[in-house]
Amino acid sequence: MISESVPGFIEWLETPSGQIPRLSSRLQISDHLGACKARWGIGRMSYIVPPGLYAIGYPSATDPVLVTANYKMSFDIVRQALSGRNVWLLVLETFGINVWCAAGKGTFGTGELVRRVTSTGLANVVSHRRLILPILGAPGVAAHDVARRTGFSVSYAAIRAADLPTYLDNGMVTTAKMRELTFNFYERLVLIPVELVMALKSVAIIGAIMLLLLSAMGNPAAGFTALTAFVGACISGIALGPLLLPWLPGRSFAIKGAVVGLLLSGLFFTAAGGSAWNGMVIGAFFFALPAVSAFYTLNFTGCSTYTSRSGVKKEMRIALPSMAGAVIVSFVLLLAGRFLL
Amino acid sequence: MKGFRYLENVVTLKLDQPTCIGCGRCIEVCPHQVFSLADRKASLSDRDACMECGACALNCPVKAITVDAGVGCASGIINEWLRDHNVGKVGGSCCS
Repeated sequence: MISESVPGFIEWLETPSGQIPRLSSRLQISDHLGACKARWGIGRMSYIVPPGLYAIGYPSATDPVLVTANYKMSFDIVRQALSGRNVWLLVLETFGINVWCAAGKGTFGTGELVRRVTSTGLANVVSHRRLILPILGAPGVAAHDVARRTGFSVSYAAIRAADLPTYLDNGMVTTAKMRELTFNFYERLVLIPVELVMALKSVAIIGAIMLLLLSAMGNPAAGFTALTAFVGACISGIALGPLLLPWLPGRSFAIKGAVVGLLLSGLFFTAAGGSAWNGMVIGAFFFALPAVSAFYTLNFTGCSTYTSRSGVKKEMRIALPSMAGAVIVSFVLLLAGRFLL
Repeated sequence: MKGFRYLENVVTLKLDQPTCIGCGRCIEVCPHQVFSLADRKASLSDRDACMECGACALNCPVKAITVDAGVGCASGIINEWLRDHNVGKVGGSCCS
């Protein structure tokens, strides 16, 4: 429920549909800290604001209505971008998920938008009949259905909230640039912490098993080397692959991941004095690590802004059996090295 | 998208041009500039840039566009395959 404790609350604004919170466009330290924590996966699934209608500045019946998700990071980015303006902000219940992902799931969708327009009494608050939506909300919203069911027309403004001021100032015209997705270094960088956190559990379990197994076989030093190499391969797949994405060869994410894994394996091999290892171990090392790295970079397709579902399926059908094969070969080589030599 | 290209000839996007009324909605919602408009008809000018988000198909008022839209992440697809084979869920998926 909307109360005085919503983020950025200044005061209540009286409207024909009741009291609406007027929001500050200035983010507090706690907002920045919250965003930072969410990027690291801390409390991310409960980083939520109540859905409903909000005011920024002192909007009148003729001022525009902008629509966003109730993930607090989305809400904060939008209210900050609208600093110094008089607008209405309609926040949809997306259960704390950002606009794009929520649109993909359908929670940022036609049904919820229609419901929210009705439940907030928006038609009594504004005299016009136009809703301004983020372009990345379009996979969930059928504009013509919304118009038919509410009388409000839908305008898809821009991909990024930062373009909203220009959009509003230019008579609500979307330029080609506002419609173009990007995936620059910084945009990729901010996605990596949560990927690292999510992988932590499985990496820790597999790593611990490797360490225990090799220690039990009477070689804790080899166990430690294997653990370090494995963690390195995971990090190169999760962080380096995505960061170096446009510079790695190939279009397939799995190949990009395998290449970065191979590069790191080579560095590690040199640093760890690998030339002294036996041939079987060397073979196992160069089979397993790029496979691990490739797996994690392939998984980054979920974060990327340009991979298609059909493309990911196609690469998975080839990549997953190849990775499993590489890991099996690696095991066989290790066992052979132990029992045959 | 500038600087990035994914696999060629894989996307399921289809446009039935005779049905198209040239409203231009698909051009407005596509974040990868897949469509262009000429003589009141949309066309697929860069089909391979499509990421199958489904925005165009959902927003086309005459249903001239079809695409197999859905989650494009590996873990999501693995979970789907597992669910189809009744193996249950392993790990998290993206956007969850």
